[in-house]
Amino acid sequence: MLTKELSEDQLLAEFDLKIASDIKIEPRDWMPEEYRNQLIRQISQHAHSEIIGMQPEGNWLNRAPSLRSKKILMAKIQDEAGHGLYLYSAAETLGISREQMIAALHAGKAKYASVFNYPSLNWADMGAIGWLVDGAAITNQVSLQRTSYGPYARAMVRICKEESFHQRQGYEIMWRMMQGTEDQKRMAQDALNRWWYPALMMFGPHDADSAHSSKSMKWKIKRESNDHLRAKFVNKSIPQAELLGLKVPDVKLIDEASGIYEHTAINWEEFWTVVNGNGPCNKQRIEHHIKAHEDGEWVRKTAIAADLKHHTN
Amino acid sequence: MNKEDNQGQLWEVFLQTKPGMAFKHVGSVHAFDKELAVQNARDLYTRRGEGTGLWVVSSEEIVAVTINEAEYFFEPIDKKIYRHPTFYNLPEGVKNM
Amino acid sequence: MDFKLKYYLQIADNALILSHRLGEVVSRGPYLEEDIANTNVALDLIGMAESIYEQAALLEDKGRTGDDLVYRRAEHQYFNANLVEQPNKDFAYILVRQFLMDAFHVYFLTELTKSKDEFLAAVAIKSLKEVTYHLRRSSEWMIRLGDGTAEASERTKIAIRNLWKFKFELFTESEADLIMKERGEGVDLKVVEKMWRQKVREIFFIAQLEIPEGEFIVGQGKSGNHTEYLGKILAEMQFLPTHYPDAVW
Ligand SMILES: [Fe+2]
Ligand SMILES: [Fe+2]
Repeated sequence: MLTKELSEDQLLAEFDLKIASDIKIEPRDWMPEEYRNQLIRQISQHAHSEIIGMQPEGNWLNRAPSLRSKKILMAKIQDEAGHGLYLYSAAETLGISREQMIAALHAGKAKYASVFNYPSLNWADMGAIGWLVDGAAITNQVSLQRTSYGPYARAMVRICKEESFHQRQGYEIMWRMMQGTEDQKRMAQDALNRWWYPALMMFGPHDADSAHSSKSMKWKIKRESNDHLRAKFVNKSIPQAELLGLKVPDVKLIDEASGIYEHTAINWEEFWTVVNGNGPCNKQRIEHHIKAHEDGEWVRKTAIAADLKHHTN
Repeated sequence: MNKEDNQGQLWEVFLQTKPGMAFKHVGSVHAFDKELAVQNARDLYTRRGEGTGLWVVSSEEIVAVTINEAEYFFEPIDKKIYRHPTFYNLPEGVKNM
Repeated sequence: MDFKLKYYLQIADNALILSHRLGEVVSRGPYLEEDIANTNVALDLIGMAESIYEQAALLEDKGRTGDDLVYRRAEHQYFNANLVEQPNKDFAYILVRQFLMDAFHVYFLTELTKSKDEFLAAVAIKSLKEVTYHLRRSSEWMIRLGDGTAEASERTKIAIRNLWKFKFELFTESEADLIMKERGEGVDLKVVEKMWRQKVREIFFIAQLEIPEGEFIVGQGKSGNHTEYLGKILAEMQFLPTHYPDAVW
């Protein structure tokens, strides 16, 4: 087959032109190695987050207090598994296999959102996670629908469509708790207190301290900066909390007239402690994943070995 | 890739959302055989009841044109504008054409 | 207890407890696609249970809700078969248990579509589509397990050996079964058993698995007698409503 023989410089120029004119980069297109690696890092981290994120919610699945809530939570967790799949597939188009990604996760080389290294301690956590953690994720993902890599952008479009019920179901749980007994209200406020900062940290370090941010922005992998997205989220969430009758910890109104809020300083020392593996649940989350993977090994092997062809048709 | 233990082959999934509509590529899925491929695709891509038809095809079987080739693959065809109905100037008043 | 209410509960409790067990393996599947497939089965079963509990609560007419029936009944008031409460020891146990129950559900619900009880007939028609899919899935897995690697076949044989004794209970008639059958509202479990046997034979034959010999009648779930596992399932499932009895969730 004929192919145009282009020099690296010409290819790079073409690539830059595509990025500049918002043309999506597709799997078989030429791309700089660094762009590819950056994408693999970000998409696989995103995929792992969806999958590890199933655990804190799974912790309450069998204690869901009504059939309705059990059904909803189960469907929600299942959606996250689906999101993980869409994202693993998007990353695979860049030439890495799902096994390699899982191996990197198990070896501690690949990261996932550190928010999932916090424990879910009462039923209102299911509300706070949906409302705040999914809420923060959605803020980020909406912006990623415009990311420059085609398969990633398409996965995001699909995910955003499915996410729409996640935040609402979380908020609804909080609402029900706040209509309930004193115990339920206490649980709701407690859950908000515990999940607020971890949710804010989901947007990543401040722009000035973010190692990968500038390149990501230049290549339009990321479309909006960490701090910008975080501020958006804070200002969306505060009125929502007020409506519930909940108090968001340590925020201040910085512009009375336009009602703009600012969160107070995030404890970045805690953030890095958790990112570096010493959060309350890091070990537990990874061990859970490794165990499932190892327990499943013989099942995958028999599925490969069994030949259904001569049985069914 | 580890042949003894892996996550299965990659399959491309095509979904029809209404009877009579075209099948549209929606993404991919891993599976160990054809039966699992179509079931896994159903479980992943029709969780909200969006399907009336479903195809899966092994990703290895897909042959694609790269963007660099696209120029000479597609442009010559684009020049045959006489294939497009809007090319023709018809007298006013002609109907159902 | 009213025989009809009891009959409803027998059906719903099977679906609920089985789905609860499947819920326990969410995020623990052998690979992601399988995790999602398993959850779909669990969701179908919860949906089926939920609609029956709601109707059962109306039948009972004591101002209780479907959720009350789930969350405020003690162990001995549950009428599911012992089979569904058996633990998820490994993927073979999960799938053997599932296959035996899927086949039961398919033939049971097929018969139930003819029920003179309109509600039950409607539930049966709706759920039959779902369980037919479940049976297709679990049958294929039986073949992959039985006719795949030596390890898988060994594990599957162990699971069959240990679960088989619980299957007889599915076909023993309770008083509610008997009365409902006579009224043309319930099913004839003998018919179900015949079809069930045929299916199990067929799939085991293809999968190169054997049906254990002997007829050990174990379990009387329909009389509220259970294995030790159900108490623990309920302790977990009912924790919040038990601990906070005044809360509405
Ligand atoms: Fe998600
Ligand atoms: Fe979500």
